[in-house]
Amino acid sequence: MSKLIVSDLTCQRGYNELFSNLSFELNSGEILKISGANGSGKTSLLKILAGLNSAESGKLSINNNKVGSYDYQSDIFYLGHLPALSPELHCKENLDYLTQLNTSSNQALDEALTNVGLKNFEYEYAANLSAGQKRRVVLSALFITQAKVWLLDEPFTALDSDGINVIEAQITRHCNNNGICVLTTHQECNLPRLRILTL
Amino acid sequence: MNIFNKTLTRDLKMSLRNPSSFLNPLLFFVIAISLFPIAISPESHTLSNIAPGIVWVTCMLSVLLSLNALFHYDYDNGVLEQMVISHHSLPLILLAKTIAHWLLTCLPIILLSPLLGMTLFLDAKSIYVLMLTLLLATPSLSLIGSIGASLIVGIKNSGMLLSLLILPLYIPILIFATSAVSQSQLNLPINGQLYFLATILLISLMTSPFVSALALKTSLD
Repeated sequence: MSKLIVSDLTCQRGYNELFSNLSFELNSGEILKISGANGSGKTSLLKILAGLNSAESGKLSINNNKVGSYDYQSDIFYLGHLPALSPELHCKENLDYLTQLNTSSNQALDEALTNVGLKNFEYEYAANLSAGQKRRVVLSALFITQAKVWLLDEPFTALDSDGINVIEAQITRHCNNNGICVLTTHQECNLPRLRILTL
Repeated sequence: MNIFNKTLTRDLKMSLRNPSSFLNPLLFFVIAISLFPIAISPESHTLSNIAPGIVWVTCMLSVLLSLNALFHYDYDNGVLEQMVISHHSLPLILLAKTIAHWLLTCLPIILLSPLLGMTLFLDAKSIYVLMLTLLLATPSLSLIGSIGASLIVGIKNSGMLLSLLILPLYIPILIFATSAVSQSQLNLPINGQLYFLATILLISLMTSPFVSALALKTSLD
């Protein structure tokens, strides 16, 4: 069982305060969709949750482990706006390195790529992929990672409806296995136990 | 250690598949040194006197030329973010990247230096000392350079800023390395200079991965 606790979080970028005294708790099996207008701080919140950016004030913990600690960082899997793929590497090499950074488990890379519809693309250079295919390669890491808390920034961008269904199914499976997911998207989601936080 | 090996292999593989990343500094090194005899004098006495300075200054500029790319591409495509938030040790990951940089940028320079030393009329003993100083001090160039490269991550057109940050830190290396080669030409002892270069290497090795990690986290925040 996992628990993500966010208390009194305040974020400021430049002279703008994006949000202040933001508090919420997420338990195993819950999904939080962060919504809000452009520039409202959705990505900033995810980056703070990932430990990439620091908040002006407030506390964050997963199972009482503070952000930046080994246990906290082991528990999260973050996918940002950027593809996180190197154009000089094959899909499989990219996925291998990405999952190595996130988990040390034995990996079924081929299977993960097959799950997102990229069978026979294992040895294709990332530079030769379309935006949607690049997104699929990165999202295939969701089939491998052992992290309990997934932080997904616009995961459905550039995906076709089939791709969205596959990823939604995987997020649902993760939450049925007592995982937690925090995501930002401007699209309608077909996910169970969905909570919505509007910034 | 697995992440160290993975990062090292990944960076070497990426550079070898994009040869311009390590051939450009090497070509700059060869071309710049080849121009000195034409510009100054083809006389052996003149050239051998200034050869240590020519080789070392050109080597430093070649390394500087390559440092911009150390984190730039990983920053642009988002892999650097994944490295920073990873539960693995960031200094270890950065050390692997720096070693890959040294293997691809500095090692070819060291291997080519005897040939270029000969074109500058350095004698065999001086060439040996030149290679020794390059072997001992170029890892420090990469390690210290990684601090500068991590500070300028995300800043556009930051080549000049990198030079301003890093060149002052390179000066002690330049002084001891060129002094060692010049002293060897006069058959004077060079142990002192080599010990200083080894000390700088040890200090850079022990501190720079941690400082780079801190600088990188600050740059990305």
